[in-house]
Amino acid sequence: MKNDTTIAPRYSFDIKKVRNDFPILSTTVHGKPLIYMDNGATSQKPWSVIRAIEHYYTSENSNVHRGVHFLSQQATDAFELSRKKVSLFINAKHDHEVIMTKGTTDSINLVANSYGRKFVKEGDSIIISTMEHHSNIVPWQLLCEEKGATLKVIPINQKGELLMDEFEKLLDDTVRLISVAWVSNSLGTINPVKEIIEMAHRRGIPVMLDAAQAVQHLSVDVQELDVDFLAFSGHKLYGPTGSGVLYGKEKWLDAMPPYQGGGEMIKTVSFAKTTYNELPFKFEAGTPNIEAGICISTGIDYINELGLENIQQYEHELLEYATPRLQEIEGLKIIGTAANKASVISFIVEGTHPSDIGIILDKLGIAVRTGHHCTQPLMDWYGIPGTVRASLAFYNTKEELDQLVAGVKKAVGMLV
Amino acid sequence: MTINEIQDELVEEFSMFTDWMEKYEYIIQLGKELPLIEEQYKIDDNLIKGCQSKVWLHADHQNNKVLFTADSDAIITKGLVSMVVRVLSDHSPAEIVQAELYFVDKIGLKEHLSVTRSNGLLSMIKQMKMYALALQSKVPNNQ
Repeated sequence: MKNDTTIAPRYSFDIKKVRNDFPILSTTVHGKPLIYMDNGATSQKPWSVIRAIEHYYTSENSNVHRGVHFLSQQATDAFELSRKKVSLFINAKHDHEVIMTKGTTDSINLVANSYGRKFVKEGDSIIISTMEHHSNIVPWQLLCEEKGATLKVIPINQKGELLMDEFEKLLDDTVRLISVAWVSNSLGTINPVKEIIEMAHRRGIPVMLDAAQAVQHLSVDVQELDVDFLAFSGHKLYGPTGSGVLYGKEKWLDAMPPYQGGGEMIKTVSFAKTTYNELPFKFEAGTPNIEAGICISTGIDYINELGLENIQQYEHELLEYATPRLQEIEGLKIIGTAANKASVISFIVEGTHPSDIGIILDKLGIAVRTGHHCTQPLMDWYGIPGTVRASLAFYNTKEELDQLVAGVKKAVGMLV
Repeated sequence: MTINEIQDELVEEFSMFTDWMEKYEYIIQLGKELPLIEEQYKIDDNLIKGCQSKVWLHADHQNNKVLFTADSDAIITKGLVSMVVRVLSDHSPAEIVQAELYFVDKIGLKEHLSVTRSNGLLSMIKQMKMYALALQSKVPNNQ
């Protein structure tokens, strides 16, 4: 190996210290040190998040927005402070444009149901892309079926990039919404979302971004993007499961009907008529996942401390390190070779099935995802049953990538 | 050989292996040796779709014996499938219905039968038993 200690690293965080912040990273699997490369599915949690969850249940637990007693006040303050931090993280204009949800899927369903109910009618259309996760396909299919609308799909090229010319051709008077992934979970492609939004807005069409795979890699500024809706999950952002966000522009959220009915989302209820609460509570029926809602921002605090630019640089370095080394393996083909990519490497190896490689890597302590990654239409497009996917985070190391490469070689040796 | 005798035989074969790699190499070898399902039976009707890998299963019934043939698109799954076929095939429907498959656990491959694996293996075993059960209810119990 080349000794590159003479070259100053471009990123300015201490990888050893960072790894110590994540207790699970020092555990073993099948007697081998865990190498966790399934961050696209969910990320690991730093001590700060784990302790914040414990702190909530040991000293703050109480229902939010509905009590006069001390604890309820404290829990409400913590929940609303978290909303504020999320709002700052994505640079929303107003905190009440941040709706706390269960996760990305919940956020997309909210828009499909509420915006869809109000603004989509027979003969209309919704645009998605070939590389969408099932959670950004099925809610729109359900809506289109119900309304008699059409789902239109932006095609891609072999590298896994959207064909922007074809996208432009899809933009007509019937389109009510465009909902696309910012970063593809299967391919790692970073889509040109700014361009998509500009093109859509020129025709007065709103855009929703599935940012589940973006917020942990790229810095987000919803005002600069001018995006209409943006959805992401806390658990892929080093926070707890069951936490998620829907950002929506005030003008849309105000115009949309409530999605679910229940407590908290109302102002007054009588059997004759119910009036709804103001934003964001109109869309937060029932007791939220309070601990997750509070601790999503603890994960964000952690990321802010490291700096998303540092994270991006380091993860890009990991991507550039791993890609050629994997490509050297005979018969290995990387699926998703877009020019602009996040630290996701999907691959197949001739003569093997992804699940076989995954099983052997697991035995070596390496956690990767295998299968269709909830993007069956995309896998069908490539004509493959699935891929092996290593999705990298800032706590992964080049040494771990060497282990991955060695592990894949070992697996191929056994299988072929 | 009874179903349990075959299971014990498999457990015995695997007891020779000291580490996981040898064990998996043997499974892979079994997968490669599994007589392929006849192409005419490799149809969607016989497909058991797992999230990870696919399994095709075909059953024939002769002289009160059920004969299974199977295939998978993943070699480790195929190796596991071949073991289940070896255990259950060529037995009477009643024997198959009553069979308790303990060999997978004993060999230390229990994780392959877990729901998260979703490799079609668990569904295949269910399917085999269903088939036997359906036959059992058709065939009078007088042999």
